[in-house]
Amino acid sequence: MKLVYFSWIREKLGMAEEDVTPPEHVGTVGELLDWLGSRSEAFEKVLEHDKVIRVAVDRVHIDDHATPIDGAQEIALFPPMTGG
Amino acid sequence: MSVEPTIRIQQQDFDLAAEVERLTQGRRDIGAVVTFTGLCRDEDGRLVALELEHYPGMAQDEIARIARQAIERWPLTGLTAIHRHGRIAPGENIVLVIAVASHRQAAFEAASFMMDYLKTRAPFWKKEHPADGSQGEWVEARSEDDSSAARWED
Repeated sequence: MKLVYFSWIREKLGMAEEDVTPPEHVGTVGELLDWLGSRSEAFEKVLEHDKVIRVAVDRVHIDDHATPIDGAQEIALFPPMTGG
Repeated sequence: MSVEPTIRIQQQDFDLAAEVERLTQGRRDIGAVVTFTGLCRDEDGRLVALELEHYPGMAQDEIARIARQAIERWPLTGLTAIHRHGRIAPGENIVLVIAVASHRQAAFEAASFMMDYLKTRAPFWKKEHPADGSQGEWVEARSEDDSSAARWED
C-alpha cells in the first residue's frame, strides 16, 4: 500500500510518500501506526503526537483507529487541517 | 431537482462577481445570494505569505462530500466552493463559498456550514512565511474551529 504524508509530518519524515507492505498481523489503522513507529526513529517521534494525527483511508477521513486497512490502496497521515 | 455543486481546487485567483453570475444568470427563482471570501492576513506585518498545502487526491472529494451535506440540509438553488493552494500573499483570496437560495436563511446557514466544515475537514494546511526571513511554522488548528463545526451536529 501507499502511504502519503502532509504538512509537518511530511517534513519530519523527510518524504511525501512511500510504498510499504505491512506484516500479516497489521490489520487496523491503529496497528499500522504502531508498526510504522517501530520501523524508524523519525516515525516514533511523529507518533509522539498521535493524539492529533489524522488518518484517511483511500481518501476518506477515518475517526476510529480500529478501522480495518485490509485492501486499502492509499493511507494518508496528516495533522489537523488548517484550510479555509 | 437536485443541485450540482461547483467545487474547484486551484492555484489561480477567482473572480467573485463572475462566480456569482454563473449561479444567478438566467434565474428568476433566486432570492438570496450569500458569499464568503477568506483572505490571507499579514498578522500585523509579521507575514509575507502563507503556503497552502493540500492533498490533491482528497481535497476535491472531501469538499464535494461537505457540499452534498449542505444541499441535503438546506433548500439551495446553487452552491460553489473554490479553495486555492500554493503561495498566497496578504490581501489575496484563499477561499470562496457562494450559497444561493430562494430565501436568505438557507443561504446564510449553508455558507456558514460550508466554511465551518471546510476549515476542519478539507485536507489543507497553512504554513507561514515570516517577513523576517526566518523559518516559518505550520499554522496550528484552533479548537474554536472544531466547536464551530460541532454546532451543526444534531
